Amino acid sequence: MLLIDCPYCGERPEPEFVYGGQAHIARPPQPAQATAQQWADYLYRRDNTRGVHAERWRHTHGCGRFFNALRDTTTDHFLATYRLGEPVPTAAATVRR
Amino acid sequence: MQPFSGLALLMRGLSGQRGWTTQWRSPEPKAAYDALIVGGGGHGLGAAYYLAGEHRLTNIAVLEKGWIGGGNTGRNTTIIRSNYLFDESAALYDHAVRLWEHLSQALNYNVMFSQRGVLMLAHTVHDVQVLKRHVHANRVNGVDNEWLTPEEARAFCPPLNTGNIRYPVLGAALQRRGGTARHDAVAWGYARAADSLGVDIIENCEVTGIRRNASGAVEGVETTRGTIRAPRIGVAAAGHTSVIMKMAGIELPLESYPLQALVSEPVKPVFPCVVMSNTIHAYISQSDKGELVIGAGTDAYTSYTQRGGLHVTSHALEAICELFPMFRRLRMLRNWGGIVDVTPDRSPIIAKTPVPGLYVNCGWGTGGFKATPGSAHVFAWTIARDEPHPINAPFTLERFRDGHLIDEAAAAAVAH
Repeated sequence: MLLIDCPYCGERPEPEFVYGGQAHIARPPQPAQATAQQWADYLYRRDNTRGVHAERWRHTHGCGRFFNALRDTTTDHFLATYRLGEPVPTAAATVRR
Repeated sequence: MQPFSGLALLMRGLSGQRGWTTQWRSPEPKAAYDALIVGGGGHGLGAAYYLAGEHRLTNIAVLEKGWIGGGNTGRNTTIIRSNYLFDESAALYDHAVRLWEHLSQALNYNVMFSQRGVLMLAHTVHDVQVLKRHVHANRVNGVDNEWLTPEEARAFCPPLNTGNIRYPVLGAALQRRGGTARHDAVAWGYARAADSLGVDIIENCEVTGIRRNASGAVEGVETTRGTIRAPRIGVAAAGHTSVIMKMAGIELPLESYPLQALVSEPVKPVFPCVVMSNTIHAYISQSDKGELVIGAGTDAYTSYTQRGGLHVTSHALEAICELFPMFRRLRMLRNWGGIVDVTPDRSPIIAKTPVPGLYVNCGWGTGGFKATPGSAHVFAWTIARDEPHPINAPFTLERFRDGHLIDEAAAAAVAH
């Protein structure tokens, strides 16, 4: 079970959270003009990173808010959590637990 | 290859079990092959076996980064069934079941395929409607499946508690041709049979790059054991497929999740079949060693760690204890995780790719073991002929762009 540091509430156990998949995937800015391939990329293609992965979590059984996290998918260690709209933390700003 | 038979066993028994040879060679990789398979699990080894046996492509190699039987082929819960909803899936998975039925003879290796029946439980009115729809769809497709009342389900599986639980069992779908097989034997049997046809099985050989020529076609791979050239490369790397395919510049609609399973201490034969419950999420069978083999769900997040959270396995055990009160005092011996590559529609991709000479067999998600022979057979065809077999023709990469999804997400036995 993971211990996740909600940027609003602090550290809470994983069952309080819902995983929201890869972060920073932008919806096509002009949906009507997007090609089938652009839609497929937006809807289905994922980096599936082996290493540091930027992802969304929602603190469903807490504050209810979405936030982003950097997690190493080879160890499941969280390097950082950050609020929506904030830039992705640089490597120097991350903490290895 | 030293053929196995009752007589061979007797003769070795009389001579103190001496003289058995290794089941496959451990060759050094050659500089070049006619084709390479990346991934030495059941799907990859099987593809090599069918390439060599049916398509006469014997100058080929299987590259495995670990050891044979160490990946998902040795980590699953060994359940085999073909009661999938859609026509495309039923054809693919039933192709596999028909191959399973003769696999031990074909490989001269006992894979212990046991058609003990797979029972899928309904706990809600919605479950009843969905499973009955499956029964009808399967029968139209020539796949056996039948509806059982709670009483009939209990008669088929006496340990089942149908009434005194939070979500009572309202009925069940039974596929009698479904069952289990010995998963290690499947990997070993395919490895031994492929090796005897001349296939090089190269363990401890991790692919670190894919080489392409000026026109973009593949020309070989970089590995931890040197460069190996080949004009055709088939990737069957399960949870690590995204990592391999990125080496050729191909991004896939895959996400890799940990999937956990566990076994109990061994007990006498007490459990006659396979039971799966989608709604309260558990699946269980008993191995021939006597262990109860229990499958849990995937963890919520993507990961490559081959382990998951304890709350996921304890959730599965709570469901098992409700359904089968007689198991409440059993101790669990081991639990483990495998990394499964999940597609958005929960159907696999067995196809050519935009890169000439590169083929992919992936996206089996939480249910690839059951398909091993069928998947391997049509993948070998696809590589040998550079075109899909009619059975895997719908399982393309382009279906996600073109909207021809084979959406088994709701149709699979357990929530993903």
